[in-house]
Amino acid sequence: MSEEIIKAEGLTKIFNKHLVAVDHVNFEVKSGEIYGFLGPNGAGKTTTINMLITIMKPTEGKASVLGFDIAKQNDSVRNVIGVVPQEYTADEDLTALENILLCADLYGIPRRVAKERALDLLKLVELTDFKDKRVQTFSGGMRRRLELACGLINRPKILFLDEPTLGLDVQTRTATWNYIRKLKKEYGMTLFMTTHYLEEADSLCDRVAIIDHGKIVVVGTPEDLKHNLGGDIITIGIKEDIDVSELISKVENVKDVKKENGSYRIKAEYGEVTAPFIIETLRKKGYTVAKLSLTEPTLNEVYLEYTGKSMRDTEESPEAFQAQRMTMRRARQ
Amino acid sequence: MSETNDNSKSKLHGLWALTNRELKKWYKAPVIFILSIIQPIIWMGLLGKAMNIGAIFSSGSLGELMSKLVLTPPLTATQSQQLGSFFNGLSASIIQNAFKTTDYFSFMAVGMIAFTALFTTAFSGMSVVWDRRLGFLNKALSTPVSRAVIIFSKVLSATLRSMFQAGIIILIAIAFGLQFGASFNPLYIFGVFAIMFLICVGLSSMFIAITIRSTRIETPMAVMNLITLPLMFASNAFFPTNIMPSWLQTVAQVNPMTYTTDVVRQLLIYSTTDFTQVGMDFAYVGIFAVVVATIGIVLSWRFLSK
Repeated sequence: MSEEIIKAEGLTKIFNKHLVAVDHVNFEVKSGEIYGFLGPNGAGKTTTINMLITIMKPTEGKASVLGFDIAKQNDSVRNVIGVVPQEYTADEDLTALENILLCADLYGIPRRVAKERALDLLKLVELTDFKDKRVQTFSGGMRRRLELACGLINRPKILFLDEPTLGLDVQTRTATWNYIRKLKKEYGMTLFMTTHYLEEADSLCDRVAIIDHGKIVVVGTPEDLKHNLGGDIITIGIKEDIDVSELISKVENVKDVKKENGSYRIKAEYGEVTAPFIIETLRKKGYTVAKLSLTEPTLNEVYLEYTGKSMRDTEESPEAFQAQRMTMRRARQ
Repeated sequence: MSETNDNSKSKLHGLWALTNRELKKWYKAPVIFILSIIQPIIWMGLLGKAMNIGAIFSSGSLGELMSKLVLTPPLTATQSQQLGSFFNGLSASIIQNAFKTTDYFSFMAVGMIAFTALFTTAFSGMSVVWDRRLGFLNKALSTPVSRAVIIFSKVLSATLRSMFQAGIIILIAIAFGLQFGASFNPLYIFGVFAIMFLICVGLSSMFIAITIRSTRIETPMAVMNLITLPLMFASNAFFPTNIMPSWLQTVAQVNPMTYTTDVVRQLLIYSTTDFTQVGMDFAYVGIFAVVVATIGIVLSWRFLSK
């Protein structure tokens, strides 16, 4: 089963006629997968998701969700999708149950059905004991779970998650991933998510699209992306002050050698096997290996490879910053 | 497993849920609820009792003036008494003429009802901006709920709050000594609530329409500050229009607040109720409400999503 749940063609969003937030992106999301948009803040992830969930209109291009055009059939799209926004949208003054029922009312679900579903969902996200407590008293992790439950009240075929663990601590984040996996399994859904956490994309997503400056630079499974980098990175230093790049590059499985600050950065497949060969080759020629380290590539290396920069410090609008700060503050309550 | 949920769904689904969400913030928070009752009491105390304009023309102050009057030959006791009652009558008729009632407190307490409508609805613009910032607006926009419903829930909740407060004000005013007009009939209270409903729908749509695109909470606050007091004082809520300079009278004549207050005064405190005038007032406020609410809904289709 690999029908396309989402298909975007040349999807573009330009703000104020010159600020290109999303620049002609093409992608498709297959049924049953977790598809992740990975990129720094301001790369266009949230704008893309906002277009797909029909709260922003694309400037150019088109996209469909479950066959419905996001611009022309937006009401049909809204009926079949679930949305978990970046912000904590649950009303602080209402209880967990009241919040879910409010969401149900927005979908026009009859009260009797809604109540039944709400209780099931609360059980699923383990908030049954807190259903009559006001959200004000909830921790970041609990709030996130409540948002997940709200996003599922209409039994969506596809769930959109915008930065699902923004601001959560590492432990809560891992727990939240488990809930997301559980929900996916339980409801057999397709998930579209955005994140700027590399580990999150790596451990949660079946396929990752790296997005930068509004463009998708590469798409693939996390494993493929890392593998395509050409394997592991071996860093080696020798005592002698001689350039041995030539020598190293002749070793089997070595793909690339770069001399950096007196040590060599070697790209090699099967790093743990190749490293001893490199040492032996150098020894035979009478060189002494002074230090060695072996790193398996992470998505950060992938990101670095394709965008030429590390996934840090990118500009963003003050408004988005403000919204994120608010989310993070609430997450840490 | 996921049938679509469009069974038994009307265009208005979610309206009550969203309205009730707003109302719960108010009636479930005792402090806010009590403050919203205390506020009109404070205003009535300040404007009705402390700034008692009626007292300026009272016989007491005129009597004092009279005692300073030195006449030759001095007045006889009967003449003095006659002059006293003349001044009494004069002061009463000045007030009657200007305020169409002899009691400024009653005059003002009724103006208070329109005043509450203005101040309660002024916050509805703020609530849209707030929902936008908290992300709730986006969440709601991603559901099949109609955009007009999102806006109208704000309008409706502000309206219901104002109407409740109007009821409280009437009760408090009665306790403080509101004098009903000679033609008063308890059924007229419904008329008061009807005009309150119309003016609140109009005003709160207006505040939302003005601030619908703003993303900063400062904008609706600035708008509130700019609009509310002029709307208040360029109306007949606290001062009768006939003692205003003509340019202000012109402003007051287009101000829907004037018509609202007139309806309430006609129904509650005037000695004779002019139903032709009340009908015209209703028509004016009704048209205002419909026009502004339509503008608000059209803007919501256009500007709620970017």
